[in-house]
Amino acid sequence: MNDSVQSVDPETCFLTLDEFARLFEVLISRGYEVIGPTIDQEAIVYGQLSSIDDLPRGWTDQQEPGKYRLVRRDDNALFGYVVGPSSWKKQLFPPVSTLARADRTEEGWQFQEAKEETPRYAFLGVRACELAAMKIQDRVFTGGPYVDSIYEQRRSQALVIAVNCTQAASTCFCTSMETGPRCKAGFDLALTELPDGFLVEVATAAGAEILSDLQTMKVSPEQDTQANAARQQAVDQIERRFDTTDIKDLLMSNLEHPRWDDVAERCLSCTNCTMVCPTCFCSSVEEVSDLTGDHVERQRQWDSCFNLDFSYMNGGLVRNSIRNRYRQWLTHKLATWIDQFGTSGCVGCGRCITWCPVGIDLTQEVNAIRESES
Amino acid sequence: MEKPRLAVFKFASCDGCQLSLLDAEDQLLSVADALEIVYFPEATSRMEAGPYDIALIEGSISTPHDAARIQQVRRDSRFLMTIGACATSGGIQALRNGADSAEFMRAVYASPGYIEVLDQSTPIADHVTVDFELRGCPINQYQLIEVIQSLLAGRTPRTPGHSVCLDCKRRGTVCITVAQGIACLGPVTQSGCNALCPSYNRGCYGCFGPASQSNLVSLTSQMEQDGASKQEISNSLQNFNNNAPAFREESRRLLDRNGEPY
Ligand code: SF4
Ligand code: SF4
Ligand code: SF4
Ligand code: SF4
Repeated sequence: MNDSVQSVDPETCFLTLDEFARLFEVLISRGYEVIGPTIDQEAIVYGQLSSIDDLPRGWTDQQEPGKYRLVRRDDNALFGYVVGPSSWKKQLFPPVSTLARADRTEEGWQFQEAKEETPRYAFLGVRACELAAMKIQDRVFTGGPYVDSIYEQRRSQALVIAVNCTQAASTCFCTSMETGPRCKAGFDLALTELPDGFLVEVATAAGAEILSDLQTMKVSPEQDTQANAARQQAVDQIERRFDTTDIKDLLMSNLEHPRWDDVAERCLSCTNCTMVCPTCFCSSVEEVSDLTGDHVERQRQWDSCFNLDFSYMNGGLVRNSIRNRYRQWLTHKLATWIDQFGTSGCVGCGRCITWCPVGIDLTQEVNAIRESES
Repeated sequence: MEKPRLAVFKFASCDGCQLSLLDAEDQLLSVADALEIVYFPEATSRMEAGPYDIALIEGSISTPHDAARIQQVRRDSRFLMTIGACATSGGIQALRNGADSAEFMRAVYASPGYIEVLDQSTPIADHVTVDFELRGCPINQYQLIEVIQSLLAGRTPRTPGHSVCLDCKRRGTVCITVAQGIACLGPVTQSGCNALCPSYNRGCYGCFGPASQSNLVSLTSQMEQDGASKQEISNSLQNFNNNAPAFREESRRLLDRNGEPY
């Protein structure tokens, strides 16, 4: 979906739980592959869904630096969790993709682009911070003269059904990054979950079309009040504050700060933070041949600035220490990203904090540098 | 053009790495088309003398006889590649390094006098120049085929040095340390297995040895904070790659035995 087609004042209606359950068949019959939250490997991840029963009904997550746990709720909420280890990046920018193929023939090498059938996704359960992350990746992959066709095709065909957060984790800081928790733009439909159904904001024609297959009701004033209160609960639960004032200058004028040595003692350079980050986009490209050497594929896979080899160029390693690699990550994410793409590279989802095996918290690293300045 | 001559040699080891090679039967057949396997006692009765174009070495050096034999293999081989944790770091048998091996022998053998061993089990690279090291316990058959293929094609092999964690994320394994509190050596271990163990809910055992610039101290401090004892953490490092310098130093540091044996 595209921001510009979204109406300023979206229409709102109410969907009962039973009608919401029908949403799955409606989407599937319209040719969408529904991707959304489901329980797998002791976490709520995004996977393919076939019915309402695949949702994590009655489960939530507890998060802190380096720790994630699934916990039972005392109600039957379907979207009563925050964000997990996966993000929609996996669908839009797949971990491994084939870009081109070449075959050795009698007449020499024949090259061809790798054509893939673009999946038509319906993303169900996109959070506000994730909408912001998609907008950032749109800029990265499709803004400017070199458009990434894999991303572009997957993205333009995707239907985005957002869900407003009604709770937050200790790691969330979207309010500091001004990306959430309220879904404001970038969706086709946005839901707010109530005990007996959903408030639905309709933002695009594509969203309205889906809803036309379902029975909707007028929103009652009580439902509206309830929804406001539910959304306010998320705002109230966000405790993490991250001061981004002049952050670019702060970081770029402190490239030799002792804090980088301090964090280098803790950082494992394991790449987890970059892998779970919904905006990180680094990849490497390799040629992969079959056993005969007659068929070669050019493959692109997720890579990371924390990998030693990633900064290898022209006979040397540019970032030959954990200190330099962590500094590269943080200064790119929070400072030079602004020069490159006009926004911060961080949306405040907290994933890098939760999924760092040693619980390194980027907000604390920046705060430490800021405090030493004053 | 003559086909390159390949030889496979075994030193102190369990044969598991050579079995990986045999396991890769289908690929091996195509490889065998491009190569001539002239010495591979585990698989064929053919035992031709050198010179060899490619020598694969499994196992560590643990006897005076082997220490002399590897010198001859080196002289006979153009490209010498070590395969597996024994050959690249000394193997599980390196646990005896620094301990009283005479005492072990008395405990195990009726007539230890017939046994001639060195008191250290050491990697091949401690004895001769090694052209390429392929890690793992056992090695990954796809990596082995990849290296042989790259040699034949004259290109750089794709054997990345990144952490196991990156593979967990690429394949969609949820981190078992963060989500379940299971200890895992993945963040300090070099990839090669496509993050096999975490996908079966087991922490990484470090089969492929330490990743480059691995930060052992940070990971083990976290494990301690999560309730593991120093002894337990040290034990987890005293595995197939116990003699790899990064694992060895850290397991000794944990037990406060800097530079000394266990
Ligand atoms: S960061 Fe904000 S929008 Fe994202 S999950 Fe947390 S509360 Fe929701
Ligand atoms: S900050 Fe944490 S997750 Fe990121 S590379 Fe360092 S240790 Fe790994
Ligand atoms: S840097 Fe961390 S908090 Fe910011 S968007 Fe990436 S994962 Fe989320
Ligand atoms: S399970 Fe182990 S290897 Fe995988 S991401 Fe977690 S710490 Fe790394």
